[in-house]
Amino acid sequence: MRGPGRWAVLAALTVLAVVMMFPFVIVAINAVKSPAEYSSAGPLSLPDGLYVQGIIDFWQRVDFGQKLWNSLLISGSVAVLAVVLSVLNAYALGIGRVRGRLSILVLFLVANTLPQEALAYPLYYLAKEFGLYDTKLSMIIIFTVIQAAFGTYLLSAVLGQFPKEILEAAAIDGAGRFRSLIRVVVPISRPTLSVLLIFFFIWTWNEFFLPLIFLISNDNQTVPVALGILQGERYMDATMSSASALLGIVPAVAFFLIFQRTLTRGITVGAVK
Amino acid sequence: MNNRTKGYWPYLVPSLILFLGVIVVPFLMNLGVSFTRWSGVGTPRWIGLDNYTRLLADERFWLSFQNNVALIVAMAIVPAAFGLLLAAALFDFIGKRFGPRTASALRAMYYLPQVLPVAVAGVVWGWLLHPSYGAINRALGLDLDWLGDPDLALATVMAVMVWFQLGYPVVIFMAGLQRVDPAFYEAAELDGASWWRRVWHITIPQIRPEIFVVLLTCTIAALKVFGPIFVLTRGGPGNATMVPSYFSYLNFFQKSNVGYGSAIATVLAVIIIVVTFLFLRLQERER
Repeated sequence: MRGPGRWAVLAALTVLAVVMMFPFVIVAINAVKSPAEYSSAGPLSLPDGLYVQGIIDFWQRVDFGQKLWNSLLISGSVAVLAVVLSVLNAYALGIGRVRGRLSILVLFLVANTLPQEALAYPLYYLAKEFGLYDTKLSMIIIFTVIQAAFGTYLLSAVLGQFPKEILEAAAIDGAGRFRSLIRVVVPISRPTLSVLLIFFFIWTWNEFFLPLIFLISNDNQTVPVALGILQGERYMDATMSSASALLGIVPAVAFFLIFQRTLTRGITVGAVK
Repeated sequence: MNNRTKGYWPYLVPSLILFLGVIVVPFLMNLGVSFTRWSGVGTPRWIGLDNYTRLLADERFWLSFQNNVALIVAMAIVPAAFGLLLAAALFDFIGKRFGPRTASALRAMYYLPQVLPVAVAGVVWGWLLHPSYGAINRALGLDLDWLGDPDLALATVMAVMVWFQLGYPVVIFMAGLQRVDPAFYEAAELDGASWWRRVWHITIPQIRPEIFVVLLTCTIAALKVFGPIFVLTRGGPGNATMVPSYFSYLNFFQKSNVGYGSAIATVLAVIIIVVTFLFLRLQERER
């Protein structure tokens, strides 16, 4: 296809890109409009100036700083703890090749595909019994296990290929098992571990179902839960709704830009999920 | 050998304990509760298979699975088919004629919705689709209640999910296409094969593993879908967008029918596990 045909293809693909980006652009330009400007000019005009009062009002109304901190604390702790658990498991399964490793791996895989609906009520009940209901700790424990189930599955395959000579050399130098893990296996697997760390962080950040059930008080809610609950509230007018949408979009896009290089390397790894 | 591997067991102990408490025990409890009538307080009363026979006769339950099939179309089949065309066009047309930078810029724009928490995507669209002040009605010059009209709500949710999912197959397929030996394409081009024929006879067979992965992961995601339904429609209007996961949530936390909710969740879990195994078997046979 040469001549005008190729420009037609480019034009069609560009139009599609504009359609995909439309919601982001519309949210951004309306979040910085005053309610008066919105009602007179509508959602499609460019803003006259930068009106940030709507965003500030919404921020204070929902105590958004607190929500960000909750999300950050939960997702960060889960990411670190789930990587630690995945490494320990994968060390035993991938390198140690303990007996029955295949059935253990299948178990982890099933755990990862299981719908959270089939665990939700008992978890809710147990959390209440143990005094963990409506705590960030409950979310950290539960998501650490769920993410580690995937991490174990993936990392066991990676460590299964780990060069044996290096481990034997370490053993000859007198390194015990734990020392080999910390000094040899972890540093060499660092690229894979950092991909896992970032994925666990973002996946946990994006979670909605269990946090919605577990985190009912304002002090504990995460960003997606707080915004999801407010959607459709009576006092949410047009500009406040776009401020809310913008505050949900910004951290997600920021993570994407910060982690872009690791992510594009890892999306194909994550595809196993 | 046995002695050598024995020493690795301690590394599994922390996970096995946590796993038992967070996955295995709750799952078995859920299964047990599904055979009882229970409001969440007091003692569950054993009723055998009553919840399951009630399910089979429950119109809402069947409707929720019917809607689930619609969402599989919107979240797995349409994005995979459309994503395949886009990936092929970007990779061997835009990339070659306009440079790889143009191709990856377009790819990034298609992917952007995927970085959002799905609930936030719901917040964005809930605002855009608002019947009185939403931007979509203004942009199209229409006056429709996209999410409030029972005839329109499911189609609207489906369209939102296509928007949300599309970037994922594009990225995965483009990564897969990098593996394909360019000699295949050159040979086909010399033979005078059209672009469509090349996609059908070369691209699709070569990236079969990626197609499997995308269909499997997106189908599972569609079966589990909850966030967008909660944020956009709460299953309504009527039951127009009811899905199993929201149906079980309703029974657990709003109607205090915990036993019935557990039965729904168990059926959903069984379906997801069966789908996963079928896909994996199929993939195995392909190799």
